[in-house]
Amino acid sequence: MATAHSRTAARLMVSPAVILLFLWMIVPLGMTIYFSFLRYNLLTPGTSFAGFDNYYYFLTNPAFWDALRNTITLVVGVLIITVFGGIGLALLLDQPMWGQGIVRVLVIAPFFVMPTVSALVWKNMFMNPVNGMFAHIAKAIGLQPYDFLSQSPLASIILIVAWSWLPFSTLILLTALQSLDREQQEAAEMDGASWLMRFWYLTVPHLTRSITVVILIQTIFLLSVFAEILVTTNGGPGTASTNIPFLVYAQSLLSFDVGGGSAGGIVAVILANIVAVFLMRMIGKNLDA
Amino acid sequence: MARKSTHTRKIAVTIIAWAIGFVIFFPILWTILMSFKSEGDAIKAPMAMLAAPWSFESYAEVQARSNYSLHFMNSVILSVGSTLLALIIAVPAAWAMAFVPGKRTKDLLMWMLSTKMMPAVGVLVPMYLIFRNFGLLDSRSGLVVVLTLINLPIVIWMLYTYFKEIPGEILEAARMDGASLRAEILYVLTPMAVPGIASTMLLNIILAWNEAFWTLQLTTHDAAPLTQFIASYSSPEGLFYAKLSAASTMAIAPILILGWFSQKQLVRGLTFGAVK
Repeated sequence: MATAHSRTAARLMVSPAVILLFLWMIVPLGMTIYFSFLRYNLLTPGTSFAGFDNYYYFLTNPAFWDALRNTITLVVGVLIITVFGGIGLALLLDQPMWGQGIVRVLVIAPFFVMPTVSALVWKNMFMNPVNGMFAHIAKAIGLQPYDFLSQSPLASIILIVAWSWLPFSTLILLTALQSLDREQQEAAEMDGASWLMRFWYLTVPHLTRSITVVILIQTIFLLSVFAEILVTTNGGPGTASTNIPFLVYAQSLLSFDVGGGSAGGIVAVILANIVAVFLMRMIGKNLDA
Repeated sequence: MARKSTHTRKIAVTIIAWAIGFVIFFPILWTILMSFKSEGDAIKAPMAMLAAPWSFESYAEVQARSNYSLHFMNSVILSVGSTLLALIIAVPAAWAMAFVPGKRTKDLLMWMLSTKMMPAVGVLVPMYLIFRNFGLLDSRSGLVVVLTLINLPIVIWMLYTYFKEIPGEILEAARMDGASLRAEILYVLTPMAVPGIASTMLLNIILAWNEAFWTLQLTTHDAAPLTQFIASYSSPEGLFYAKLSAASTMAIAPILILGWFSQKQLVRGLTFGAVK
């Protein structure tokens, strides 16, 4: 079917996308790499070659190690909640019940809430130590209200982000569960396999792949959590809830340190790429082009 | 054959599932309820707040004080604009890769996907400087381009997986029946491709509407979509609960409704076809 003529046409059809994405990838990234080797601050005129100084300062800054630890805690914390919660919810929603469609809609709704809204709703209406619902409940049962965002800022942000991402893992795992072979399940049941055995030997292996996909895709997004931090804690107190994207933002757009911010950006790219390699391999295996 | 399932079990599952669904949805429900209360009632204890009279005053005030409709329109223009632009670029590309695959098509698709893996913060500095130097900060046109580019890989991928499902034989059959190329595209391919394009469009509008990195970095007021507008409530206006609730409700309502229509496409689009 593919003649030389249609091949040329195909190439022409693909090329705008390829050229645009290539420019999008190469130009800004190349500039970031270039800036990362410059002494370049928007407040002081002129630039000069800095070698690896920016990297040195960025990586030896105690804030970087705090940010790295916070980034990892945030990603792992949210993953634990969403993966286990997602498996549980998907198994539950897969059971016969009344109003399944409505429950499903309720469960996936948080995914469609924009990050700034979810963060501010949690911050003010629930976690606020004076007027938040948790404070009202604490007072009603005679406890001291807890100031979530200043006393455990990172944990609070993990809760907010996990709430937004739980629908994603639930939806994907539910989709995977629904493609489970029912006849196989029934055959195992008739052969006397218990619920636990069926779960462990049939459901879990079937879900492994989807769980991996959930973990990898969420990691890519969770490594760049930004808005939730900006509107709740602004990275603080101190660096208690600063992650790497926020640190890079603070360094480049708040301290105007273009060189240092760029070095931080490159560090973030390298971290994300470590995850991306595994994700790409997973997706590539599934693609029969 | 239906699975064994006793009546009591179904009742128990239903109660648990509804309870969990309610808890998960609760923050959204609470925001919506609070948006219909007066500012003074909104900060009362939960029961007192619920009992307070209903009012539309916060909606009126949000609009009167902050030009809400400007930001709403910005969100519409940015999300729909970037989606249409992405479709114009992506439809031919996905089409060509699905129907005229070459040796390098797979590599090309994987490469396009890899551009999506780059964390935005890695190019924050140059993008900010480019925008500043070209006077694009706080302009809708600059942001439309950025949103188009960040979502382009997902759009191409989604369209590709849909187009791939259109059987090639159907074209040959149409040709055997004497259909012209024009008739082929118009009556055979287009009807089969439209649902895929529509779902891709829907998902992409949702993603662009909720995008909260570039919209926060590159806009301040004139081009600010709802993500940025809501962020302006972080302090000290955040203490106005009823107005924050009203603004939030209006910001998420359209996308909640669109989202409920696109549950299935969401899985496909966000897992790049790895889970169907």
